[in-house]
Amino acid sequence: MNVSSSRVIVVWVPDWPIVAARRNLELTDELPIALIDRGTVFACSSLARAAGVRRGLAVREAQLRCPELLVAPYDAQADARAFEHVVTVIEELVPGVRILRPGLCAIRARGPARFYGGEQQAASTIRQALTESVASARVGIADSPFGAEQAALRTQESAPVRIIDPGTTQSFLAPLPISTLDDAALVPVLRRLGLHVLGDFAALDRTAVGVRFAEAGLRAHARASATDRLSGAEHAPEADFGADVAFEPALDRVDQIAFGVRAEAESMIARLAHAGLVCTALRITVTSESGDHSERSWSHPHHFSAADVVDRVRWQLQGSGGAAAGPSAPVERIEIAPSRVDASTNHEAGLWGTSLDERVHHALARLSSLLGHGAVSTPSLGGGRFLAERRVLVPWGDESPKTQRALPWPGSIPPPAPATVFSQPRPAEVRGALGEPVDVDARGTTNTAPVWMAFDQAPPLTISAWAGPWPVHQRWWDADTRRSAARFQMIDSTGMAWLLILEDHAWAAEARYD
Amino acid sequence: MNSVAAVESPASVRQALQARISSMQSTRLDDDAFPLLPMMRGVLGRGLRRGTVYSLTGATSLALALVAAASQQGEWCGVLDVPDLGLEAAAGWGIDLDRLVWVSDPGERWMSTVGAMADVLGLVIARPPTRISASESSRLSARLRQARSTMLVLGDWPQPESEIRVVSSSWTGLGDGHGHLADRRLDVEVRQGQRAGAPRRSELRIPAGTIR
Repeated sequence: MNVSSSRVIVVWVPDWPIVAARRNLELTDELPIALIDRGTVFACSSLARAAGVRRGLAVREAQLRCPELLVAPYDAQADARAFEHVVTVIEELVPGVRILRPGLCAIRARGPARFYGGEQQAASTIRQALTESVASARVGIADSPFGAEQAALRTQESAPVRIIDPGTTQSFLAPLPISTLDDAALVPVLRRLGLHVLGDFAALDRTAVGVRFAEAGLRAHARASATDRLSGAEHAPEADFGADVAFEPALDRVDQIAFGVRAEAESMIARLAHAGLVCTALRITVTSESGDHSERSWSHPHHFSAADVVDRVRWQLQGSGGAAAGPSAPVERIEIAPSRVDASTNHEAGLWGTSLDERVHHALARLSSLLGHGAVSTPSLGGGRFLAERRVLVPWGDESPKTQRALPWPGSIPPPAPATVFSQPRPAEVRGALGEPVDVDARGTTNTAPVWMAFDQAPPLTISAWAGPWPVHQRWWDADTRRSAARFQMIDSTGMAWLLILEDHAWAAEARYD
Repeated sequence: MNSVAAVESPASVRQALQARISSMQSTRLDDDAFPLLPMMRGVLGRGLRRGTVYSLTGATSLALALVAAASQQGEWCGVLDVPDLGLEAAAGWGIDLDRLVWVSDPGERWMSTVGAMADVLGLVIARPPTRISASESSRLSARLRQARSTMLVLGDWPQPESEIRVVSSSWTGLGDGHGHLADRRLDVEVRQGQRAGAPRRSELRIPAGTIR
């Protein structure tokens, strides 16, 4: 194998989480700072390290060692986002950057080395560009990505570039401790086997390692023997798939706006499709002439077609006002930004056309654009002590939440569940034998046995059997939303069973067992 | 073309017309029906026929019980304008909520909504509009027949396939201030739509534990 073709440059930004956090929080580097992940120090600046703060230390212990320590939560996403900037800087000099993790990226050395006239020159060019724009970087070059990474990590501030000569990477790695492999499962086993440095492990027969440790072992063995190769996708510059439509003059009719958006929506979906992507969630921002913004995220159970996008724009403009409603002020601009995309291969239709579910989906999407967003929904069971609360309707086209029906819920009534649950409880009157209102005292006992009940103006019904009261207390700790009630099951003289509820001395039917 | 039509014998014309009539008429095959829960077979012997309208009065539970078996076997079901339907009871009967479509407040568009639902959903439980003309109902019947989809109307309907009426209902388990509702007994009357004669009466027992 041609050795020079597999040379790898690894660029390392020391203390990257700290650099990223400083940029995000706009902090100067005079303050010692530590990033906290799940209660322990995840990363700390050099000043903090000088004061004795270490990775893995509890927050309180770190603050004890360094009282002026600034503590911030670690945000992995912001970390990765900020690293995009570093990659962009490198990409201006050399193509084909692969992100190993935030703070660390790899590039094939062959092209840059030839272009800049040698590995040393390529490394210093990249380093200089980064030092000028972002932060000081260290560079390692070796025959394998793992070797180059270790070389970069072992550079000094005074000698920020380390080049391992071709063919010597394995001997460079050999004396390093076995824990360099950073595999929590494998390293203790290897130690117990008496393998304390990478060289010992690399000397083992590859087939034997494969038999004993399978995939993870082979990967580690390749790293230790400097035969691992760059893998994974190259970083692609982020394309902008968003659509932006401006109306001049501003429009105030929903169908005009929808028509104006259609072409842009189609081009957006087409651009995504060209990149092999589909959009499963997007964000629509409507700016009206009066300067108001309305922003909303929409998600899709499958993926958006152009017509779906136009529908979402329409629904957002109509708001909750139904099909006839329109925007409150003329609309100047609509921006559509895909917020979640997915590879289209995950969403291909089957070989034999679309399934029935797909057909149902299309028909109901049409129906909900006819009746307005929210008229068509999928029901699911939620939590709650009152029956009407437990009915959760998710508008068709939105993602349904995870249901938690299996969880026990205090205050639930014994089965069977009533077939009719009134969305608005029906006010009722329940009286005892002498015509006195039935009530429950603070101890939860009734003052008299209920004898008849009546709804609104209807003639009273004799109660043939009853049970209760069953207390229901909800959010007793919150003065504004707390509810306290007593439930009764009752059967009237026609044989109909009711679930009645007594709240604040007022009776109402919560449900009917019909 | 005229000459070709003239050549056709009256017999073949009659045969073609009969074939057309029989294709428009609802068929009587047993496999042309939605399955039923075992306990419901006593009420509607052969199952819910596809492409028809059933009118139910007196018990919402019956509608859920009739739909349950089909839903369990993967049929999509719909609920139109029944805002007070107990969802827990539906799930308790075994209706798959992931394949249940809930449409509320169709307003003036009741007819077009039910048509659109019938096109893709096998079974629709619906509350009828306050007024429905005979022509509208027959147009909907044709659409249901074509889509082979069945509608269970909670209320009266002009010319239903069957009229299912709960005559009386009784419960056990509830005493005078103690116990809770347990077993239920329903007396159900089924009247075949077009057929004259006395309705068929049957007794339906729903033991406690059927609806979880």
